[in-house]
Amino acid sequence: MAAPKSSFLNLILALGSVTLLSAFSLGYVYEWTLEPIATAKREKQLRAINAVVEFDNDPLAESFEVVKGQHQYRHRKRKGQAQAEESDPDALVFYPAKKQDTLTSYAIKSYSDQGYSGRIEIMVGFEMDGRIREVQVLSHRETPGLGSKITNADFLSQFVGQYPELFDLRVTKDGGEVDGISGATISSRAVGEAIKTAYDNFKGIDNE
Amino acid sequence: MSKPSVIEQLTKGIRKENPVFVLLLGLCPVLGVTSTAINGLGMGLATTFVLIMSNVVISLIKGLIPAKVRIPSFIVVIASFVTVVDLLMAGYLPSLHEQLGLFIPLIVVNCIVLGRAEAFASRNQLLPSLIDGVSMGVGFTYALVLLGGIRELLGSYSIFGLKIIPGDGLLVFVLAPGAFLALGFIIAFFEWRKSTASHVKNPA
Repeated sequence: MAAPKSSFLNLILALGSVTLLSAFSLGYVYEWTLEPIATAKREKQLRAINAVVEFDNDPLAESFEVVKGQHQYRHRKRKGQAQAEESDPDALVFYPAKKQDTLTSYAIKSYSDQGYSGRIEIMVGFEMDGRIREVQVLSHRETPGLGSKITNADFLSQFVGQYPELFDLRVTKDGGEVDGISGATISSRAVGEAIKTAYDNFKGIDNE
Repeated sequence: MSKPSVIEQLTKGIRKENPVFVLLLGLCPVLGVTSTAINGLGMGLATTFVLIMSNVVISLIKGLIPAKVRIPSFIVVIASFVTVVDLLMAGYLPSLHEQLGLFIPLIVVNCIVLGRAEAFASRNQLLPSLIDGVSMGVGFTYALVLLGGIRELLGSYSIFGLKIIPGDGLLVFVLAPGAFLALGFIIAFFEWRKSTASHVKNPA
């Protein structure tokens, strides 16, 4: 079975139809997976929020962004299912947690760029009086085996129940009260900083 | 020369022509993702899917493709299947997709896939190409799980996420140099076994 001659027309026809066919099938798969991908993203966010606060509302639909340092916030566009990704990567995202329509706490997605290798993203839950409920690390690129220990429960549990007003969120090496991970002071410091950022902005919200 | 049997075709990817340990193809994802056995398994299965599908499609369309646009056409076919895997994983296995991250799109440039397409599927019929894809995929997956398992065992004292020995493990095996070290020792071991085996068969 001889392949067609490499004439100009044949080349165009062959490559054209191959790319056309693959484009069509990719379009089909894209449409097909659009919904599951959006659901997976949404579930991942809800899981992270659920780990730090308790709620019976839809915190994703009521979430809003706060630009770091400025105490003005804007409501995120509600696009229903597909709004899992935030528009401004430098903004903190606030997820109000309500029970029977009463605001009980906030889950805040915060971050620090002071990690050992780039950004560390955390989700932290605050009671309305500022007490830390729970802290979760969402994403990081710290050294496996060293900085990656910031995700361990025995490191994160020291923040639980603390009031950032009374608890110095710097590591002990810098004169604070955070018990850093040995060999990973930079990563520990960054987590403390991310919580502090969240708390400072949380206070800003409160005053309005 | 007799035609190799189906069994031989199926098992060649595991021992005789193992893509990682013998052919040394596609080492970039091999070294990159194998910090745990689970990652190795996920990457291996994703690559296997792409290998099988692209081998099948290429063996079907090989008669319609002029020689001059052979490689571009193969790459388009492979890239399409990789994108399909990427989308499906993002939708149905989000946690694994996050772990493997960048390495999924990089299956496109994994030379084992194009290598099999060019060296095997474009010269053989549908069935042998399918078998070749399965064989190579299984061999690749086996290599990744073995390497990932050894690195996970030494690096974090656990296997498939289960802690076996308490403690922190040898950090070097989790990091990139550990991948080279572990792979080097595995290849050396297989070569040593091969050489002693052939000595027994035909004593010099």
